[in-house]
Amino acid sequence: MISVFRDLIRYNIEFTIGLVLVGLVVAFAALSFISPVDPSLIYLAVPDQPPSAQHWFGTNSRGQDLFWQLSAAFRNSLIFGLTVAVLSRIISITVGLAAGYLGGWVDRVLMFINDIFVSVPIFPILVLFYFVLRSDLDTFTLALIMACLGWPFDARLIRSVARGLKHREFTRHAVFAGMSTRKVLLEEHLPYVMPIVFATFMNNMLWSMALEVTLAVLGFTNLNHPTMGTVLYWSNQHSAIVVGVWWWVVIPVVLIVITFLGLFLLAMSMNEYIDPRSRLRRMGV
Amino acid sequence: MRAYLLFAGKRFLQLLAVIFCGISATFLVTHLSPIDPVEQVLGRLSARSNLSPDAIAATRAALTELYGTNQPILQQYFNFWARLLRGDLGPSLLAFPTPSMDLVARALPWTLGLLATSTLFTFIVGNLMGALAGYRPDNPFFRAFGLLSIAIQPIPYYVVAFILLIIFGYYLPILPTNGGFGMDVRPGWTPQFIVSLLQHAILPAASLVLVGFGGWFLGMRALVSNIINDDYVTYAELAGVDRRTVVGSYVIRNAMLPQLTALAMTLGGVFSGTIITEEVFNYPGMGSLLIDAVNYGDYSLVLAVATVSITAVAGAIFIVDLLYPLLDPRIRAE
Amino acid sequence: MTRDILKVDGLKAYYQMNYFGVNREVRAVDDITMTVRRGEVYGIAGESSSGKTSFIKVLAAAVRPPLRVVDGSVRFGFSTGPIDVVRASPRELEAIRWMSLSYVMQGSMSVLNPVRRIGKTFRDFAQRPLGLSGRAFEERVVEHLARLKLPADVLRAYPHELSGGMRQRVTIGLATVCHPEFIIADEPTTALDVVVQKEVLSLIREIQREMDSSVVFVTHDMSVHANIADRVGIIYAGRLVEEGPTRQMFFAPKHPYTAHLVASLPRIGDTTQRPALDGRPPNLADPPRGCRFHPRCPLAIDKCREQSPPLETVAADHRTACWRWREVTPLVGAISPVGVPA
Repeated sequence: MISVFRDLIRYNIEFTIGLVLVGLVVAFAALSFISPVDPSLIYLAVPDQPPSAQHWFGTNSRGQDLFWQLSAAFRNSLIFGLTVAVLSRIISITVGLAAGYLGGWVDRVLMFINDIFVSVPIFPILVLFYFVLRSDLDTFTLALIMACLGWPFDARLIRSVARGLKHREFTRHAVFAGMSTRKVLLEEHLPYVMPIVFATFMNNMLWSMALEVTLAVLGFTNLNHPTMGTVLYWSNQHSAIVVGVWWWVVIPVVLIVITFLGLFLLAMSMNEYIDPRSRLRRMGV
Repeated sequence: MRAYLLFAGKRFLQLLAVIFCGISATFLVTHLSPIDPVEQVLGRLSARSNLSPDAIAATRAALTELYGTNQPILQQYFNFWARLLRGDLGPSLLAFPTPSMDLVARALPWTLGLLATSTLFTFIVGNLMGALAGYRPDNPFFRAFGLLSIAIQPIPYYVVAFILLIIFGYYLPILPTNGGFGMDVRPGWTPQFIVSLLQHAILPAASLVLVGFGGWFLGMRALVSNIINDDYVTYAELAGVDRRTVVGSYVIRNAMLPQLTALAMTLGGVFSGTIITEEVFNYPGMGSLLIDAVNYGDYSLVLAVATVSITAVAGAIFIVDLLYPLLDPRIRAE
Repeated sequence: MTRDILKVDGLKAYYQMNYFGVNREVRAVDDITMTVRRGEVYGIAGESSSGKTSFIKVLAAAVRPPLRVVDGSVRFGFSTGPIDVVRASPRELEAIRWMSLSYVMQGSMSVLNPVRRIGKTFRDFAQRPLGLSGRAFEERVVEHLARLKLPADVLRAYPHELSGGMRQRVTIGLATVCHPEFIIADEPTTALDVVVQKEVLSLIREIQREMDSSVVFVTHDMSVHANIADRVGIIYAGRLVEEGPTRQMFFAPKHPYTAHLVASLPRIGDTTQRPALDGRPPNLADPPRGCRFHPRCPLAIDKCREQSPPLETVAADHRTACWRWREVTPLVGAISPVGVPA
């Protein structure tokens, strides 16, 4: 495991860059645990101060130190992304394995439900949820909703892998030997499925964080819970660029781009490593 | 031919079922709310102006009848479907008394136009370039493209649009960033209008293209890198089949199939991205409409946008699904 | 015109790879010299990972990184003129491809483009070399297919609509429609059942005789060589270890490896246990010193472990690379193996 890691760092430049970027962001977010200020309070500092020795990222129009604000925001966003990814993995693995392995009407029903979810454009639905729930929509509920909306793509992938596995020799041996379905799924098939799960985990994180940013910027989330998006929301509300408080817009945007880019590079390089064909292609160069 | 019609028929039934379930789910969601829409609207109205208690009572009665909240839920469900099929979801509050559906009908062409042109462009150009990049992996031009795609692709639609807005709205104001056409231009099929139309569409379309291009480019490049090692491609090259035929009819033709499936799967996301981008540039499509509706608390308009969105996306996926057997003869046989 | 249509001289082709900073050089073809005569069927036998597939790739001018020709030449004497495929330019290669030199690949399942009709595939491959078009081209193709007992409407079909056997015949037809002077057949009968195998073999033989082409036929199955080859060359660990007329190879092999390959064929009535060879084929990235077969050879002596035996002529048209070739005895009696015409 460690040797894989070492190889990736040494020879796959995308992985290295991705790791560095994500590492930076995670470290930055982790700092929020030792934050000297409470990020939910406003008008603690002098507003609209440009970056200086006292306030590394300056302050915003709401009188908050931008550094600590962003640190907390990124922490919350990352946790959000992780939560959604974990929850939706659970759903997609269950559905995918069940549909792929059990087949028959179970498969048909599950795939029909899957098709419905794929056909529904997610953004309007999330907006609808906000519209209905308003202030009842706290971050965890949103995570839950997104997890329930984000499993279809990956479930299909897992299902096709499971379908292939079902007809392989070792499955028949296991069944013949009397293993229960649940045991077969958990002990024999899950290891094959894990690489896909891992790859889709990162993609899912990217997707959910992107949606969260979008919703927050429009003001459709719990605004008291600072996240990447809410920071932009407030900067828009206070017309930051026009007023001249450019650091309130530029710094968050730069950090957002770094986060997404880093996660994407990690996901991409790990995907490439896991797929034996692409790994072999690197060999031939 | 008969098999294809059978397939199309089955798929159409599936489309109807999907739309039915999707819209029913939407209905369910709206009834999750602990908040009564009538009270919500009333709250908003009375916050904006002073209403006498009589007026409030009368409005409440009218709204209750409009939203049918005094009836059992099953009855509400039937009413909902009855009105939906009639194409009437009630008047919007944003632009009272214009019916919500009318507003949606006015906004839909803008969204579809933007969506269709940018998706077509990114799909075709992205896939073509991805295929060429996969075929010639050492070409520096394509490698640069690849890096650029990697850099931009993960960024959310909103952020890309936002960055473009800042650059072109504030620092380099050479392109219009607001609306669907110039305020001083009268709508109509005049060249002036069309030019203004195109000008205003550039930034939103560019934003969508930037985000979408990378996905197709990288995906196709990966697919093609695998396909060129497939037996039938190696054999054709060995036999000296001319390069253009190999790339076109052997490689791309086969790589298109999974990409078409991918298109169907991502149309929902692309639609979401379109309406998000519209909001940033104030483009008069469903995106701006939806956001305004939410901020205004306009229940019937939000419902209208949601139902039309579901129908539109499901319909688009249906069309893509119909194309697939036409391109893959192996499926045609089933 | 000389007797030889192909002359391979000192050919060396290696796989050179750089994987995560580690350099690996796999010597797939390590100094092979041989010739093929006009109108003959030359069989190449060897285990998997013996280097025979890489050798074939060089002959077919299908060398792609990480495979690289490091030394030697591969000279064809076609009626259009001599050509060394190792040094030829892409334009020169294009002139001979399919017209003079064609290739039957392993696996009829996947060599045909699944989304293209057979007729179009034929046009892609053969129209340019034949220089015909439209009606004339179609007639030529239909006539050729008839020889393979394929109906004309096969041209309108897609590959998945044909049976495995038909697909195999289509592939052979595709490779032979231009009447090439030299055909390379790479395991065309592996993974086919014996009935279809017999059909395919007789087809190839028939076409070869009719067109007077030369065929290099690669397979690990010795019984196929017994059936179709005029001469057989055995490749082991990237080197040619024995070469001679088929009958000689079977009844009087002069290399211990050949003796074992022949002995492994089953015979009706003979129930003696077959001795298996110890060990596995050598790692071509790090082959053993001296004779590459010595770790597994029952006749190995010290000399074998230190010095690599050269390929030398030991009888009429018969070469071998073994220090102790005089002591090699066939491991079977004079009963002819099943399938060999006595």
